Amino acid sequence: MMEKMIIGRYVPAESVLHRMDPRSKLIIVFLFVAVVFLANNLWTYLILLGYTLLMAALSRIPARFLIAGLKPVLFLVLFTFFLHLFLTKEGEVILEIGWLSIYEEGIRQGIFISLRFFLLILITSLLTLTTTPIEITDGLEILLGPLKKVNFPVHELALMMSISLRFIPTLMDETDKIMKAQTARGVEYSSGPIKERMKAIVPLLIPLFISSFKRAEELAVAMEARGYKGGEGRTKYRQLQWKNTDTMMILLLLAVTALLIVFRG
Amino acid sequence: MKEPLVFLSNVSFQYDSQERPALNGINLEVHEGEWLAIVGHNGSGKSTLARLLNGLHYPKEGTIAISGIQLTEETVWDVRRQIGMVFQNPDNQFVGTTVQDDVAFGLENNGIPADVMAERVVDALNKVNMASFLDQEPHHLSGGQKQRVAIAGVIALRPAIIILDEATSMLDPRGREEVIDTMMKLQDQEKITVISITHDLEEAAKADRIIVMNKGEIYREGTPEEIFQMDEELVELGLDIPFPVKISKQLREKGINLSRHYLTEEELVAELWTSHSKM
Repeated sequence: MMEKMIIGRYVPAESVLHRMDPRSKLIIVFLFVAVVFLANNLWTYLILLGYTLLMAALSRIPARFLIAGLKPVLFLVLFTFFLHLFLTKEGEVILEIGWLSIYEEGIRQGIFISLRFFLLILITSLLTLTTTPIEITDGLEILLGPLKKVNFPVHELALMMSISLRFIPTLMDETDKIMKAQTARGVEYSSGPIKERMKAIVPLLIPLFISSFKRAEELAVAMEARGYKGGEGRTKYRQLQWKNTDTMMILLLLAVTALLIVFRG
Repeated sequence: MKEPLVFLSNVSFQYDSQERPALNGINLEVHEGEWLAIVGHNGSGKSTLARLLNGLHYPKEGTIAISGIQLTEETVWDVRRQIGMVFQNPDNQFVGTTVQDDVAFGLENNGIPADVMAERVVDALNKVNMASFLDQEPHHLSGGQKQRVAIAGVIALRPAIIILDEATSMLDPRGREEVIDTMMKLQDQEKITVISITHDLEEAAKADRIIVMNKGEIYREGTPEEIFQMDEELVELGLDIPFPVKISKQLREKGINLSRHYLTEEELVAELWTSHSKM
């Protein structure tokens, strides 16, 4: 079951990107999401593509992981492409098949927009492939720190995230166990009509919910017994270290942004 | 005589949803460095007692004092620093995503600086023999290993007392042994006081003193030898007599003279295989 969840799974390796501070990686991803919209012609898209491929190369992640991460969203990328291809009605007509006509601008838009999509997905998967979920949580907690002033529950949110991450495998195991127990009682999960299979989910979900609530309650008691009383006065075991490479990587993206502004049409 | 580490005087407690009090007029003293086992079948009030000691519930009547501090809502956090608790389900008390994060959790809660924390985490894991698992995730550990990590999380805070609340009941025999051996070593080397709440008399046999609970009251108190003399009475209370005790009793009924009640298998076996040469 775990094997199928390849999207955004951390792949350990020794690389510049792996060693970077999660905070700088998060900042870069957020910046990139905004910067992508600056591109509007061939040169600017080439610059973006170059930057993204450079990052992918720096991550030292085998291409098959990147491709596997892109597969689930391939449909969306293609959908965007065809949507623009067929619905943009500007520029010269290039091809006419019956009632369908494809315009020059349609091809251009289709390629650019789906490329934009592809780049965004690639950069975000690079983040999750090179950063452990717990590092991302720590990074987010610090980056969102200023929001505490407006009473936004930053610490609680980060703790919720890390506890969810911790319990994913536990709940997976449990799902597996309940599934086997129900199969032994004659519930069919792998064959039969879709409707029947959907119905079979109910006796799986209810025991899972009940045990999750019980776990939550016990966990809360255990946390209290270990002195947990909210984020106030708490120290952090994991210390993040901002290094020179982090500053340099952010400067690199800023340089790319500057180039985009210069070259955009 | 030294002041007791834990002192309960006439403590009663009742859950709002229940008609009968869960605990009724409990008087109890626990001394520094001792291993106290509290046994009783389900609903005897033994787990409630553990929760009262840690301030997870407050008594309706009577007082509880830990290391001379009276337990109230104001002092509860000081008391919790003195008492570490290991619970029954190994999974449901593992908070961190890795072994070291989990051990650090209690330290983080108490605002220990990061550099001191790093030392204490390694030190605590060494004491429970789990230092090589620093970066392991919980789903790769056995139940016994998870409980040892839980113990490490507790001793990292340097408590005076550790309460094991049915901490071995969900483990396989090997995990149980791992946990008990670890605790015995800690009691011996770190002079930690252990209160073990259990319904496993074989585990209780390793204690210095046993308290038998029944219907929210202390039924009997004594050394393991004294308690196991109760025999049938224990069975009536819903407790299972350890195998070596049963065997030695039956051997005696058959007219084989054993010098005393044996609490562990090793002792009994040693007596049996040397018995012929003594005759």
